[in-house]
Amino acid sequence: MRASRHIRVSLEPATPGEQRTEFLVPIIPVPTVQPAPSPAPPKVAELIKTDFRYPTFQYPSSVAEVQIGATKREGGSRGKVYKIGGAASLPFWRFDGVAPHLPVVALDTFDLAPPLARPVKEAYKEVLEDPAAWAKLCVEKYEADLPSLHLVSTDPGIKDTSASDAAKLVEDVLQTVDTPIIVGGSGNPQKDMEVFNKVAESTKGERLIFSSLTTDMDIRETVRPMVEYNHDLIALAFMDINQARELCRKSQEAGLPRTQLILDNTTGGLGYGIEYSFSIFQRTRLAALMGEEVFQVPLSSASTNAWAAREAWQKPEVLRPGDSIAPIESWGPRELRGPIWEATTALVLALCGAELFMMMHPLAVKLFRQFGNLIAKSQLEKSLKELRPENWAEAKF
Amino acid sequence: MRILRPLDVYKYLPQTNCKECGEPNCMSFAAKLVEDRTLAEKCTPLFRDTKYKEKLAKYLESIRPPVKAIQIGVGHNAVNVGGKVVMFRHDLTWHNPTPLALDVHDEMDDATITDRVKFVNDFKYTRIGADLTLDMVAVRCVSKSPEEFCRTVSRVSKLTAKPLILCSYSPEALEEALMAASASRPLIYAATKGNWKELGELALKYKCPVAVSSPGDLSTLKSLAKTLREGYGIDDIVLDPGTGTEGDSFAETLNNFSALRRSAIEVGDVTIGYPLMGIPAAVWLSPDEDENATKIRESVLSSLLMTTYADLLVVHSSDIWVLLAALVWRQSVYTDPRTPPSVKPGIYELGKPDEKAPLLVTGNFALTYFLVKEDAGKIKEPSWLLVADSEATSIESAVAGRKFTVDKIVDAVKESAISEKVKHKSLIIPGYAARLSGELEDALKDWRVFVGPRDSSAIKDFIEKVWKKEMHGEELTKEVLPLDRKKSG
Repeated sequence: MRASRHIRVSLEPATPGEQRTEFLVPIIPVPTVQPAPSPAPPKVAELIKTDFRYPTFQYPSSVAEVQIGATKREGGSRGKVYKIGGAASLPFWRFDGVAPHLPVVALDTFDLAPPLARPVKEAYKEVLEDPAAWAKLCVEKYEADLPSLHLVSTDPGIKDTSASDAAKLVEDVLQTVDTPIIVGGSGNPQKDMEVFNKVAESTKGERLIFSSLTTDMDIRETVRPMVEYNHDLIALAFMDINQARELCRKSQEAGLPRTQLILDNTTGGLGYGIEYSFSIFQRTRLAALMGEEVFQVPLSSASTNAWAAREAWQKPEVLRPGDSIAPIESWGPRELRGPIWEATTALVLALCGAELFMMMHPLAVKLFRQFGNLIAKSQLEKSLKELRPENWAEAKF
Repeated sequence: MRILRPLDVYKYLPQTNCKECGEPNCMSFAAKLVEDRTLAEKCTPLFRDTKYKEKLAKYLESIRPPVKAIQIGVGHNAVNVGGKVVMFRHDLTWHNPTPLALDVHDEMDDATITDRVKFVNDFKYTRIGADLTLDMVAVRCVSKSPEEFCRTVSRVSKLTAKPLILCSYSPEALEEALMAASASRPLIYAATKGNWKELGELALKYKCPVAVSSPGDLSTLKSLAKTLREGYGIDDIVLDPGTGTEGDSFAETLNNFSALRRSAIEVGDVTIGYPLMGIPAAVWLSPDEDENATKIRESVLSSLLMTTYADLLVVHSSDIWVLLAALVWRQSVYTDPRTPPSVKPGIYELGKPDEKAPLLVTGNFALTYFLVKEDAGKIKEPSWLLVADSEATSIESAVAGRKFTVDKIVDAVKESAISEKVKHKSLIIPGYAARLSGELEDALKDWRVFVGPRDSSAIKDFIEKVWKKEMHGEELTKEVLPLDRKKSG
């Protein structure tokens, strides 16, 4: 294998007498030398017609379908339920096939609001103290498919809220919204196991998503209530394909069917490690399609991590370098910059096969759906040929 | 995908072991070349000596990537587009980051054109040690007048040394412009079903690369490329499969880009083995009522087209907030995935810190390190930066993933012997690691642990308003404490 920057493409001196060494400036590996050109063939009078055939490929395997939420008939009480997964190809290669479901989007809520970027805080300022109202706002006003409730206060180092109090809160939220929810832990492995166990039991049959299982938790103990009370579990690996493989394998060995498992490879936000996520999401999905069973589960992305990048939320005055040529307005309002940052993060990972997204800003969700739902759309109606965008070059705008 | 072996290249080398390339012999040059660790042109005798003419042609053919690299422009500012070898960056680094061209047209007033071209010339945003820049100017013929178009192209070439794209479907307009600007090797846009003969002639006559355009009709696109390639002997071609920005045509667009790239790389179809061109600027053909909504569409479309293999993009918005996300994504996706995203754990001196200088602790994720280093550099006094091994992950992820732990910080403190270098025995940990502070104070006994800001851009303020006051024993008012200061919860 070799790479392009080794290539020198044909180029003759553009004007007579020009030194070709002039092009050898090593700023970028610019091609400067060409082999002697072969004599030009006789020019043709007619277009040489040929067909382009879409290069389809049938992958040997597909990804399991995971249902989120359960209706009354299914043993839960949710009015709305979703399915993710089922993909048999990469999402932007429609010629290979299209996944059966649209991406599912959750908006983050917290039982104890952490410091939030101002544009995010603005969207939720009325409900920051009330997780149930927060969840309702996400679903009803901001059109999230479901809320993700992060039980951060259960951390022994923060408030040490008891597992039964956490379970009560989850029940409150379930009373308020008609959707399933994602139950997020505090990140304390011992406490998360206790909280998950309790909440899973008290919401038996609802098919909620628990987030998340990490390598320092007892996998068997974490998986057991998921199987027993019929819930889904997110396995969270930290940008490490071996860790992801181990978590998926062990949780499946512990009895969790692939129809209840979701893998999160960790999302580095745009400009903050997204390329590592991009490649690892792609690798795990490709491995799944090529037959590696442990990876044949839907992928989840916490796109909300995009807010870690300062370009997403800082004031232009802070971001703008001293010698910047552009006017300050050109940096744009934070209210738009952050959502672009978050939506771009989510969409790039959607192109790698992620199908569940935990997000933060309502506008980011809107943007994500605008594009993401098109990528995932099963049948395209209007074709590019009909729209004739070829006149862009001569159009006045 | 074709895998090149050292012998495939070696047979076309001079085999004189002249060492001009810096390698001990031709075989080791060949070995490095196929591993992407040296440059093809470093075999200078092969390019210089006419007796190697035949070998050179075969050498270039053997290393030609499935997507040809096309040079647009000349000199320092020239760009290489395409030159792609793989579908996935985890297989091999993507090369030739997608150049962004900003458009102007011949009915814009002079001041607007000057502003826009200057914006391209001067745009620079430094991020993690690299400059993000804009790369080209696309000049569009809106007036339908060859004279107007030529005048505008000449003006623009005087204003910038960056490569141009000459955009018109009229052979007359393009020829007028080429007479003025062909020496700087612009890209001619575009040969279509209607004008391919004339455009083929222009590309040959002026020795410039040419784009073929057939929106939504890939068979015609391929026929155009095949005709210019086989019928005209033109090999510097760029493909425009059409950029749909509305509704379903957007999904079709990404699909077409991917299909062409897969055909070139995995099927080995040389007829379409050329770089792909995307036109996010086309969103302005159907603007939203709210101008910002159109700009947002353009931004997102730019990033997505880059992800689905666009090798060259034309954009219209000249707002930093619209361009920045796409530029940062470009910077990210074109990094070398083989390079570990980490720096060596240990103690780093920022300036010449003394025993009174503040001691900041962070992780060894490269992005974190560079940002913290840059921000700590803004503190008036020099400082110490202690990098603990967070296994190359950001602080937030590393704390959650138990990679940035009390033990790791204690190890870093001990191994760096920093306690012999600072007298104050206090250290500042990142805000995202707040929950480690209590345990860390227990572990480090006589040390005092400060919880700094979550984002390092606030370090300067933190040092001035919190750390210095605390260290000088002054009383603190509650307001200046950051939100997530230790034990505030």
